[in-house]
Amino acid sequence: MLKQKLQDVLNEPACATNQAKTTQDRRKGCSAKALVPGAAAGGCAFDGAKVALQPIADAAHLVHGPIACEGNSWDSRHAASSGPQLYRTGLTTDLQELDIIHGGEKKLFRAIGDVIARFDPPAVFVYQTCVPALIGDDLVKVCALAAARFDKPVIPVNAPGFVGTKNLGNKLGGEALLDYVIGTREPQHTTPYDINVLGEYNVAGELWQVTPLFERLGIRLLASITGDGRYHDVCCAHRARVNMMVCSQALINLARKMEERWDIPYFEGSFYGIGDTSSALRTIAEMLVARGAPAELLARTDALIAQEEAEAWSRLVQYRPALAGKRVLLYTGGVKSWSVISALQEMGMIVIGTSVRKSTDSDKQRARELLGPDAQLFDQIPAREMYRMLEAGEADILISGGRTQFTALKARVPWLDINQERHHAYAGYDGMVEMVRQIHRELTNPIWSQIRAPAPWEGQE
Amino acid sequence: MAAIIDHPRKAVAINPLKTSAPLGAALAFLGLDACQPLFHGSQGCTAFALVLMVRHFREAIPLQTTAMTEISTILGGADHVEQAIGTIHQRAKPRIIGLCTTGLTETRGEDMAGDLKLMKARHPEWQDLSVVFAPTPDYIGGLQEGWAIAVTAMITSLVPEGPATPAGCAPAVRDQINVLAGSHLTPGDLEALREIIESFGLTPIILPDLSGSLDGHVPGRYIPHTLGGTRLEEIRAMGRSIHTLAIGDHMRAAAEALAQRTGVPFTLFDHLTGLAANDRLVTLLSEVSGRTAPPLLRRRRSQLVDAMLDGHFYFAGQRVAIAAEPDLLLALSEFLTGLGCTLSTAVTSAPSPVLNRIPTNRLIIGDLDDLEREATGCGLLITHAQGAEIAKRMGIPLFRAGFPLFDRLGAAHRITVGYRGSRDLIFEIGNIFMDHRAEHAPGHHQRHQEDDDEYSIGSQAAAG
Ligand code: SF4
Repeated sequence: MLKQKLQDVLNEPACATNQAKTTQDRRKGCSAKALVPGAAAGGCAFDGAKVALQPIADAAHLVHGPIACEGNSWDSRHAASSGPQLYRTGLTTDLQELDIIHGGEKKLFRAIGDVIARFDPPAVFVYQTCVPALIGDDLVKVCALAAARFDKPVIPVNAPGFVGTKNLGNKLGGEALLDYVIGTREPQHTTPYDINVLGEYNVAGELWQVTPLFERLGIRLLASITGDGRYHDVCCAHRARVNMMVCSQALINLARKMEERWDIPYFEGSFYGIGDTSSALRTIAEMLVARGAPAELLARTDALIAQEEAEAWSRLVQYRPALAGKRVLLYTGGVKSWSVISALQEMGMIVIGTSVRKSTDSDKQRARELLGPDAQLFDQIPAREMYRMLEAGEADILISGGRTQFTALKARVPWLDINQERHHAYAGYDGMVEMVRQIHRELTNPIWSQIRAPAPWEGQE
Repeated sequence: MAAIIDHPRKAVAINPLKTSAPLGAALAFLGLDACQPLFHGSQGCTAFALVLMVRHFREAIPLQTTAMTEISTILGGADHVEQAIGTIHQRAKPRIIGLCTTGLTETRGEDMAGDLKLMKARHPEWQDLSVVFAPTPDYIGGLQEGWAIAVTAMITSLVPEGPATPAGCAPAVRDQINVLAGSHLTPGDLEALREIIESFGLTPIILPDLSGSLDGHVPGRYIPHTLGGTRLEEIRAMGRSIHTLAIGDHMRAAAEALAQRTGVPFTLFDHLTGLAANDRLVTLLSEVSGRTAPPLLRRRRSQLVDAMLDGHFYFAGQRVAIAAEPDLLLALSEFLTGLGCTLSTAVTSAPSPVLNRIPTNRLIIGDLDDLEREATGCGLLITHAQGAEIAKRMGIPLFRAGFPLFDRLGAAHRITVGYRGSRDLIFEIGNIFMDHRAEHAPGHHQRHQEDDDEYSIGSQAAAG
């Protein structure tokens, strides 16, 4: 069954990257190349599934496996919740040698019972991992038995790490929602302004930089999938009028299948950057109106956009003098950062290069147009090369995820965190201003001149 | 002394205390110079362990994976290991690769030692590369146990048997001693310990030595593997030392293996925190070196004694709950009860011979949920960073110790060994107690005091 699911997910017709591939390449899955032993980096499918589902804050998330999977990783992300905190509780069957020998199904069944008895959550998500998958523990069966016995939704998330990458795991997480969650409840009422947002995890509270904009427009976020999510809201997600899929291809399968099953049109948008935020809001308004919302929503949306944009730009100008002419290396891994680039350029900053690792050809085209002929488009920069670039002073600041943090810092070059574990929120209009403010803070911090000064003995010897 | 409660039937760990054994093994390998640890498993295990270590040390961590998939697991992963070693050998050029298995590959079961021999034969270009193999299934033990397995593996595969030179008659180096460092010591601890040992005119070989590699230096060039740590030449020379200090009961197997291979006698210390432990250390170093304690150490001892005199008022009668791996738990609990605290609850991660020496009535092999449920009414919680939320919920101050400590700066530099480290630990914890002293409110005040006294008298009587 998992095999079928994998074929299905890897064949995603709505994924542009995927459509550009040959049939053979497609079978190999979402990671561009097969993983090279001794030179691979990145999370597993279980990791990806957990990233996608764990922000459902009132649910329990139970990991079936030995300590490596949950013990080394629980509560490590800053997907914020405005209420329940249960999702942050680390729960695992912590399989021991004897469990491996005798099989872990019974222990898993008891664990589900214990979790329900202790926390009484609206649902339990149960994650499969490599070792129990290898010894043949039947996760789906145990979850079904437990659901019947304890009269609670118990959702199997069948994405053991070794089936693929984090990105594949995101999609398998989406499949679990389709198979077991969405459509299992009806909302108390619906409005013509109901939308879902897919693939926004509320890292550092980013969703909350956007929800006030929705509220001012009278747009109702029926279900957030899954940042600051609530189980019962997600159950009702099939009644939304429009799905917005945020940024990445992570939950494309979910968006497409919700369109197939429940006629919910979707679009892909981003809340990073001023231009992208405006166009996302405008698209939502247009799509809602197309589905029957009163047309006056469009004018209200335009007015809000005009006001917010003017305000954001007026807050940004103060940073321009300090930032103009500074060179940025943008190494983001996945996020489509066009409008971030626009904002940085608007500040007079020069983007000397950006990564296009997970981008399609048309994305690359667009990057080229935006950055001009001198900028470099990188696939992957080996750590050694990145260190050399920074050490040689080719960039004044590196904006990247956590993996390259110490490459920048050891080269004594300013660094801005845009990783999943970051502490600052960069979404919407406020978020863009915040990002520029943080870049400004980092670049103008007094430590840089101090730590670049030679040690007393340098030059003496 | 302790009544140990194990929950073999407990089905779910809630807020785990434990991290994995391969992570512990990788950490130990990071204490070797020019080393690249490698997990034989699926890439996700590596990613999680890597992220956690990076967050703790705030350093780039070299850790690689054999990138096993479902299919390669079923077929057997020897060629993934071979490829991974080849790739690393070519790209990062380390001198040592620390190969750690994981739950996945151990469940499948492979003859890794045999496979490695065949590989070496196939690859003459690996001649100068040492591959140290540590079998660390995720489903047995945690960080401390994985660390211990790796250190033993370093000795059995890198220290030559018998006298250290092929000539067979190399004399012992008179001023050289070995230190087998347990996982409960920080890079800062090792730096301090080295200083103490050197003050007796001795030269220590510390294995593994995180103080060389993970002490937060800025190297000034790009290095793909560890830089600093125990050098291969030092490990090979361990057989010529006159004595071995093993710190932490989990270093016992490594010390025995070393003694068996080389005949170097060893002395085991549970930990080096507190007056008694350090007096024992100084006595031993004096004997081994033939020198009396240098003036600096004498002054530091006197400072520790003074800190105990000044500080004990704040510790006396305090009820403390600790969740930590066995050897760290022993160190902290002996230290605190030695200042007059009562250890009302202790939680640990795995069975260990030291557990029945933990001075408490209530010792649970469990998780941080056990700590949360048992620690009500305590004056202090001690555990790693994952306890921060629990402490907040309970309104009890937290002293962070163990791994991971991702919400503190300088986790690697905290020193709790030696007279001076012990002195500073009294100050650090004593100040927490001072900040949280019971309010002087009428009525409540007296009653509260009585309750505490009753408890500690009761439990000490029971404990004794
Ligand atoms: S790769 Fe498998 S065993 Fe490793 S963390 Fe992911 S699910 Fe767990």
